[in-house]
Amino acid sequence: MTDDLLTEVTAFAETVLAPRAAEFDRTERLPREIITRMAELGLLGATVPERWGGLGLDPLAYGELTEVVGKACASTRALMTVHTSLVCQTLLELGSRRLKEKYLPDLARGTRLGCFALSEPGAGSDAAAVATTYLAKDDGFVLNGHKRWISFAGIADVFLVIATDNGVTSAFLVDRDTPGVVIRPMSGFLGNRATHIAEVLLTDVVVPGENLVSSVGAGFSFVVNTALFHGRYSIAWAGVALAQAALEQMCSYAAGREQFGSPIGDHQLVRRMVADALTSVTAARELCRRAGRLCAERSASAAMETNVAKYFSSTIAQRATADAVQVLGGNGCWSGYPAERLYREAKILEIIEGTSQLQQIMIADFAYQRYARKNKVAP
Amino acid sequence: MANTGVTDVPASIRGYLRANMTAFADVEFSDEDNIFEQGFVSSMFAMQLLHYIESTFDVEVPDDGITLKNFSSVSRMADLVARLRTATGD
Repeated sequence: MTDDLLTEVTAFAETVLAPRAAEFDRTERLPREIITRMAELGLLGATVPERWGGLGLDPLAYGELTEVVGKACASTRALMTVHTSLVCQTLLELGSRRLKEKYLPDLARGTRLGCFALSEPGAGSDAAAVATTYLAKDDGFVLNGHKRWISFAGIADVFLVIATDNGVTSAFLVDRDTPGVVIRPMSGFLGNRATHIAEVLLTDVVVPGENLVSSVGAGFSFVVNTALFHGRYSIAWAGVALAQAALEQMCSYAAGREQFGSPIGDHQLVRRMVADALTSVTAARELCRRAGRLCAERSASAAMETNVAKYFSSTIAQRATADAVQVLGGNGCWSGYPAERLYREAKILEIIEGTSQLQQIMIADFAYQRYARKNKVAP
Repeated sequence: MANTGVTDVPASIRGYLRANMTAFADVEFSDEDNIFEQGFVSSMFAMQLLHYIESTFDVEVPDDGITLKNFSSVSRMADLVARLRTATGD
């Protein structure tokens, strides 16, 4: 990544996004001019190779940009998570050449937006339980089903839809304007409020055969896991971003706010919160960098190390943002300061792209695989 | 780490699978056993196997090679590696 790009994105984040993040949150929409500017900066195709219209950034550079944007506005960062990480990365790795030619240049340039339609009323953590169906017909497929909580479905042009045919799960790219696609916007969320979350109803939606992503049956084992792997990497950096923002909030406030005749930052228990936030955000950032290096190497351990980074980062983001609210006291509970928004946004990270509980299960399995046999002790 | 010099591909794959199976039971499996159907690993592990195959044997699995079937047993994965090496002349 060039210094110029980092400087440009940082300026965009600090002078455009941060001052308007509360407005986006309140109005529950990300203005089109913000998305256009993100596209101009190359953020929507940041990891896509230049030959497909992207910037061709390595995972580490992309992660750093994710932190810069996420620190300023979580909903804007979420567009990178959904469009760039979940959709573009998955299409890049698993899409046929024909499918890449058809969609990837537009997606990378941001002239079309993508979203990831996995969740359903009955399929959350148990992603394999999707009830949306597909049937092979003529040279294509017919999809029927109901997706819910789909970030950016309200404005996306292309949906990466996961569906099943009697247990054989497959993935398809579905154009928004296909007959039978109905979008129902949703609102009232704790965080990610400006991510245009919507329900997607699919009724006898005919999808051409070439829009199958990877192969029949690869929907869960490869497509979902690839998408969530990239999504988790992005969320891990999002946690660093929120924790860093919380740290800066609590430091600047604690240095200026006086109680009992001295700045509250002088009080030992406030210092403890500041120290914990600084330590944990530093550790989380290093876990993200480690995951980024492994992703760049296409290491087989990249997925698990990314799970570790996502779990840790979202956990410490929740703690750091809660402490920021605590340090700001009454002002921390008021929307006139960013602390309460950071706190709400951090909670979302413990749920999306695999809850912390699911991460714990996978990480524990990994620990047993790595260490239990080696040190097996008879009772 | 890529190791194009790996000659005993099945042994390498077997070792990787063994290291990544449940630690609560010492499961024996043959090269022909379907590792997904037998429950030795979940289908979620397929993506990790793809990364393992590509990074260990320095091959690139083409789009049409990314099927659960190709990763379902030691033999099938070894065959996949052999086909890809032949195609690239390694």
